[in-house]
Amino acid sequence: MNSKRPVNLDLTTIKMPLPALTSITHRITGILLFIGLIFAFWALDTSLSSPEGFDAVSHALSHNVLVKLIAWGLLSALAYHFVAGIKHLLMDMNIGVTLEGGLKKAQATVVISAVLIILAGVWVW
Amino acid sequence: MVTNITSFGRSGLSDWLIQRVSALILAVYTLFMVGYLLFNPGLDYAAWSGLFSATWMRIFSLLAFVSLAAHAWVGLWTVTTDYLKPTAVRIAVQLVVILAIFVFLVWGIQVLWGA
Repeated sequence: MNSKRPVNLDLTTIKMPLPALTSITHRITGILLFIGLIFAFWALDTSLSSPEGFDAVSHALSHNVLVKLIAWGLLSALAYHFVAGIKHLLMDMNIGVTLEGGLKKAQATVVISAVLIILAGVWVW
Repeated sequence: MVTNITSFGRSGLSDWLIQRVSALILAVYTLFMVGYLLFNPGLDYAAWSGLFSATWMRIFSLLAFVSLAAHAWVGLWTVTTDYLKPTAVRIAVQLVVILAIFVFLVWGIQVLWGA
């Protein structure tokens, strides 16, 4: 591959059909999950530190609206990133690597992750 | 072939494989944790700390944390090389990312063995 080939990655000039939107969302959720690791490691650390720490995390998750929103947000990002990741693995296995297949997989990614995000919301609340 | 001295495996193919293997490990760990929490609704400290004091769980968790470090680096390296064109800015952000990954990894090990 010629590394000097012209590459355009200027997002403002690229047309974004659904498969492109699902791809950029995969990247965005990845960045969000990385930032969210602060909360995840804090919760794991505190909950394992002592019975009081466990109660503090468990109490925050069941009573604090902001904590619930963060938990739901991170679970949503995780659900989406998971589903979009499986789409990647399907493409690696050469499944549905056509224009129609790509659109169908993108639609399935949106629908399946939307269901999981709603279920995550039900779980948190 | 795309080569770049900041890429994790020094080659695109190596990074590609690392990203898939780490993704599978993280997927299994995620399913396990979600399943464990779903099937133990009245979880208490004794059961929770008991789970994380088991050797197999510490090995499983450390495997997941190491996979997380590799996965996050390959992913964020890809995103930063795509969108952060000025070299100084890109390297600066990548250094912050590496530092954060290192902190998370040490923090994770401390959580697993420190308590």
